[in-house]
Amino acid sequence: MRRTILYALAALGALWLVRNLYVILLALPDEVAQGAIYRIFFFHLPAWFTCFAAFFAAGVASIFYLVRKSPAYDAFAVAAVEVGVAFTAIGLVTGMVWARIIWGIWWTWDPRLTWAFITLLVYLGYLMLRHAIDEAAERAKNSAVLCIFAFASVVITYKAIDWWRTQHPGAVLSFRTGGGTIDPAMESMIFQNWFALLLVALALVLIRMRQERLERELDALRRRAHAL
Amino acid sequence: MRFLRQSLAVAAKDLRSELRSKEALNASLAFALVILLLFSFAFDPTAETTREISGGLLWLVFAFAGTLMLNRSFARELPNDCLDALVASPVPASALFLGKALANLVLLLAVELVSLPVFGVFYNVRWLPHLLPLLGVLVLATWGLAVIGTMFSALTVNLRLRELMLPVLVYPMIIPALMAAMQLTTVLLAGEPVTGDNWLWVRLLVAFDLIFTALALALVETVLLG
Amino acid sequence: MTTLAAENLWKYYGDLPALREVTFSVSRGACLALLGRNGAGKTTLLKLLAGLVRPAKGCVTILGRAPREAAARARLGVLGHGIAVYDELSALENLMLFGRLYGLAEPRRAALEWLERTGLAHVRDSPVREFSRGMRQRLALARALLHNPDVLLLDEPFTALDDRAIGVLQALLRDALAQGRTIVMSTHQLREALELATHVALLVRGRLAHFGERTPEMLTEPGRLYRQYGEA
Repeated sequence: MRRTILYALAALGALWLVRNLYVILLALPDEVAQGAIYRIFFFHLPAWFTCFAAFFAAGVASIFYLVRKSPAYDAFAVAAVEVGVAFTAIGLVTGMVWARIIWGIWWTWDPRLTWAFITLLVYLGYLMLRHAIDEAAERAKNSAVLCIFAFASVVITYKAIDWWRTQHPGAVLSFRTGGGTIDPAMESMIFQNWFALLLVALALVLIRMRQERLERELDALRRRAHAL
Repeated sequence: MRFLRQSLAVAAKDLRSELRSKEALNASLAFALVILLLFSFAFDPTAETTREISGGLLWLVFAFAGTLMLNRSFARELPNDCLDALVASPVPASALFLGKALANLVLLLAVELVSLPVFGVFYNVRWLPHLLPLLGVLVLATWGLAVIGTMFSALTVNLRLRELMLPVLVYPMIIPALMAAMQLTTVLLAGEPVTGDNWLWVRLLVAFDLIFTALALALVETVLLG
Repeated sequence: MTTLAAENLWKYYGDLPALREVTFSVSRGACLALLGRNGAGKTTLLKLLAGLVRPAKGCVTILGRAPREAAARARLGVLGHGIAVYDELSALENLMLFGRLYGLAEPRRAALEWLERTGLAHVRDSPVREFSRGMRQRLALARALLHNPDVLLLDEPFTALDDRAIGVLQALLRDALAQGRTIVMSTHQLREALELATHVALLVRGRLAHFGERTPEMLTEPGRLYRQYGEA
């Protein structure tokens, strides 16, 4: 049952992505100022939205873990962070490709880029801490605390860096700007692609959670064998 | 009141045992001096541009030397299982944390106040006229470093790799505080008053300290109990 | 009157249960000797009783309270496997620190009194680093008894002590029992522990295999309990 849901989610996400690719690459016209490269936004923006969502969800799951002490919350937190880190990488790489073409450089120490890089480092630290603790309950507890700190720090860093002047393009979506700066067809495509990526992310999280569960069971069997 | 007394007892204990052994203090100070020396190769110490980044250099020295100190904070409790005795006592874990963070604040400030004149001499930076506002920045930013460092020292105390893990975890998290401190220190060392935009950085420092102190006090009990 | 109660305690390390459905209670003035092989769960059980570790299931009650309540911990004396004294501090400073942490009215007087009682008054200002194992153990016991706790939890108190030190320790524990304190101690030194104990518990792979009063036969044949449960 669970498996069926998982495969259905993954299949739906994949199909939607293919359909979106068709629209993005073939149906939509080039942008006036930027040419073909603007199409990377359809992945760049949704990748960042997905990564925020994943890190936020991981923070909430960590709070739940500390209250309820159920391993399922811990499994969700680590799955969400890992998927979030992957999408952070996608966001960074797509951004760098765009910057190379439009700005002529791969990287600039712009606040948003800096923030993205710091976020990646903070959550890589989380994954490293998990790796360093062998005992499952201790690992879950300590990494849950770290995950809460990580989310707070990422929010504060975002705020702090926002106070610096910025080279990164400003907000384009109408819920941030009040509309008028973006073609409605493009905006709808950004959201559509976001939902497709979210489906893929959700499927990945579920797969990763299943791995965690299996690992726990395997560990239990191994220990029982040692205890005999 | 009782909470504060217990915290101060823990802080006094940490300071006293550190002053007796001086392990972390000496290592941290020596390291700070070495980095100050190394910077002179990386940048031209007499150039005007170096003066413009002096705040940044100074805080890099403090942050690097600081982790050596912070590593020891909970590791100091490991021989003889002292941590168990502290946690088993009626002292709340948050008082324990506060005491240790205070001790770290004092030790870090000591290292900073020794490095500051050395830095001033080596890099021809005049810091004495701005001592008071500079002290304010030092205390605010060092408290942020002490809180995050003490908390993560507790998180990593049982790890084999704790000396390696602590800097990896601490540095990305303290970036907002470091950024503010660098900015303000540069302004102060240039002899300019803290005005307008720069108050934003002071507010950031205060907010950083408050948020993470509250988070740490709320979560430390979970970390210390098995 | 029940001083200390454990109800259906479970604790896992990973997925391996270190303790399984441990239930017992100890009344005031009793001395429980906690026996078992290495890895049977003695230290884990003591840590749960001391509130240092949370059980996965079940609960501990000390003097009618949960072990993490400050009021319960203030009346609890804990001597862990490590001896929990600071090497850089002197004997007096160690005791005064814990006197302050336990909120004693006169930490210095209590510290001096216990240094006297444990025979450490002559070295009170020497750093603990210079102490022998026996002296450290005595200081640790003074640290655990400093605030006149109603309940004492001792993990292997006789380990690595010579005959004389064991005699001192036994005398101190007898005093404590005579004053109506309750003691739970884990030990491998059967003879020394059984002389003091009023009750005996045996842990076998995390399970409470035996719990009952200490019988006179146990004194004459200390190893019998282990053999009875196939733990010889």
